[in-house]
Amino acid sequence: MEAVLALGIGVLAGSGVWLILRPRTFQVIVGLSLLSYAVNLFIVAMGRIRTDAAPILVSRAAGDPAQYADPVPQALVLTAIVISFATTALFLVVLLVSRGLTGTDHVDGREPES
Amino acid sequence: MSRLSDHLIVAPILLPLVAGALMLALGGERRRSVNAAINVIVTFALVAIAVVLLCAADAAPSGVAGVYRLGDWAPPFGIVLVADRLAAMMLLLTSLLASAAIIFALARWHRVGVLFHPLFQFLLMGINGAFLTGDLFNLFVFIEVLLAASYGLALHGGGSPRVSAGLHYIVVNLAASLLFLIGVSLIYGVAGTLNMADLAARIPAIPAEDRGLLEAGAGILGIAFLVKAGMWPLCFWLPPTYAAAAAPVAALFAVLTKVGAYIVIRLWPLLFGDGAGASAHFGGEWLLLGGMATILFGAIGSLASQDMPRLAAYSVLVSSGTLLAAVGLGQTGVTSAALFYLISSTLGLSAFFLLIELVERGREPGADVFAVTRELYGDDVDEETLTEVGIAVPVTLALLGLAFIFCALIIAGLPPLSGFVAKFALLGAALNGSAGTISVAAWAFLTILILSGFAALIALTRAGINVFWASADRTVPRVTLIEMVPVVFLIMLCAVQTIEAGPIMRYMQATAQSLHAPQDYIRGVLGPAAVPAEQVR
Repeated sequence: MEAVLALGIGVLAGSGVWLILRPRTFQVIVGLSLLSYAVNLFIVAMGRIRTDAAPILVSRAAGDPAQYADPVPQALVLTAIVISFATTALFLVVLLVSRGLTGTDHVDGREPES
Repeated sequence: MSRLSDHLIVAPILLPLVAGALMLALGGERRRSVNAAINVIVTFALVAIAVVLLCAADAAPSGVAGVYRLGDWAPPFGIVLVADRLAAMMLLLTSLLASAAIIFALARWHRVGVLFHPLFQFLLMGINGAFLTGDLFNLFVFIEVLLAASYGLALHGGGSPRVSAGLHYIVVNLAASLLFLIGVSLIYGVAGTLNMADLAARIPAIPAEDRGLLEAGAGILGIAFLVKAGMWPLCFWLPPTYAAAAAPVAALFAVLTKVGAYIVIRLWPLLFGDGAGASAHFGGEWLLLGGMATILFGAIGSLASQDMPRLAAYSVLVSSGTLLAAVGLGQTGVTSAALFYLISSTLGLSAFFLLIELVERGREPGADVFAVTRELYGDDVDEETLTEVGIAVPVTLALLGLAFIFCALIIAGLPPLSGFVAKFALLGAALNGSAGTISVAAWAFLTILILSGFAALIALTRAGINVFWASADRTVPRVTLIEMVPVVFLIMLCAVQTIEAGPIMRYMQATAQSLHAPQDYIRGVLGPAAVPAEQVR
């Protein structure tokens, strides 16, 4: 499971970095999204991977912490998802404005002379 | 401490949030004058709150005015807000800049785009939150709040250059935020805490096999902050964005790079100070080298700038680089001088951004490009200029020219204003640093600092001559009183900083001492029972 998760994060981050470095705004926004998926998975992985363990106490009695998954990274990842979703949406608007103003989807607002 | 002043610590975050939400609820753009009134009142109230917090922090023996537990959760588990000397000082600086910017914007700028006032308040909320918070992940959230508002403000006024620069700004900052998250989660994975004070107490006890991971996390986190602080080579997004932003926005943006610098000043001595065991001074040489490279890049950039907004943007880089390099030296005396420099240069640059817009108003677009080219080809003075000799310079132009000279003095660091005091203190502290011998690093820092002042002087003088003396066919810019007042106000603040240099410098020294010996801070946050950093091992 660790290998699958690590491979998944690696593939997502690699594709994301490659796409961010591309010259079209659409590629950049897809790259940013992929990178944020990779980062979200990474945050969860940093709380140690546990299966069959709940992050919140199930009964009234305080149990043994070793039987529970770490809740903090799960809370962090929720916040991170919301924030990256919102900022990506904001970037999408700016991307469309730029496309409308300059007539090109190049990140510099003009086609390279070739 | 009374109940009211306990809650005062959270006011710099709540007040702008409520004000911004209220403006949107009142109907956003349809009631612009109501929004403007709320904005001005709240911003002035923030100044008053910051002054109270500053006095409280200075009066407290530990330097911490108070620790505010959100939801009353005990510190390592809950999020805390900490108002210590550094945070209170940055709050005051931000609210003063914001007051100047909002008054300036009332004349004209708040009408050229939508939702200026709510975004302005949300930006203030993010900045204040970033200064106050004592939790790493909460810091991320507040930085995202301020960035989201700054994306909107950077595009305020619209137009192709702003959108194009804003696009780069957003992508760079989104990527930096992702790095921030990776760094935070790595540190959490190793140390198991996100509270800054708790982290500082735990770092000496981190086992050697985990130390590499911790330092990797801190390094990645540092990259994210340095992107925001504009360290070379992570700063190429900055000059176009700042040069394109509307004048009051750019004036407030002058403090945004200082947020990045503030976090470095706050976290680096706290986490990797003398008490950090094997990780002590981790990355200090990179801060110093990177800072000096930034100064050089900014100085060369300002010499090469063909228009004033770009010149101001490169001056922001010089100021940022000076701060980072001074912190990288890791000496208490240099840090206190750097804090003095931070205040002086931010005020000066902010006034300069406002002034530029007033001066540029009466000029043809592209006039500077022509002027510089003319200089290069050695063209003589044209005859029109000569015929104008003897005609009285209108009062407006004289006032603008005077303000320009003062800004130039502050930015280049010449007497008699605060820029000189700040640079002199930096130089003196770097020379006095390690008793007896002066290190190579200190010499390099001195040389680069003096050279950068010289470069700034040349660039500003050239720009001033071109704008005020050499343009023959200029019309006198139409400047309203309400636009001139903020510029004069900011310059007056620098003058006050010069006159009151003694008390202010003492405050900075106390701040720097508590930064470099953070036991009081750690104890203040975690409670008196907290173990001092030395005894953890």
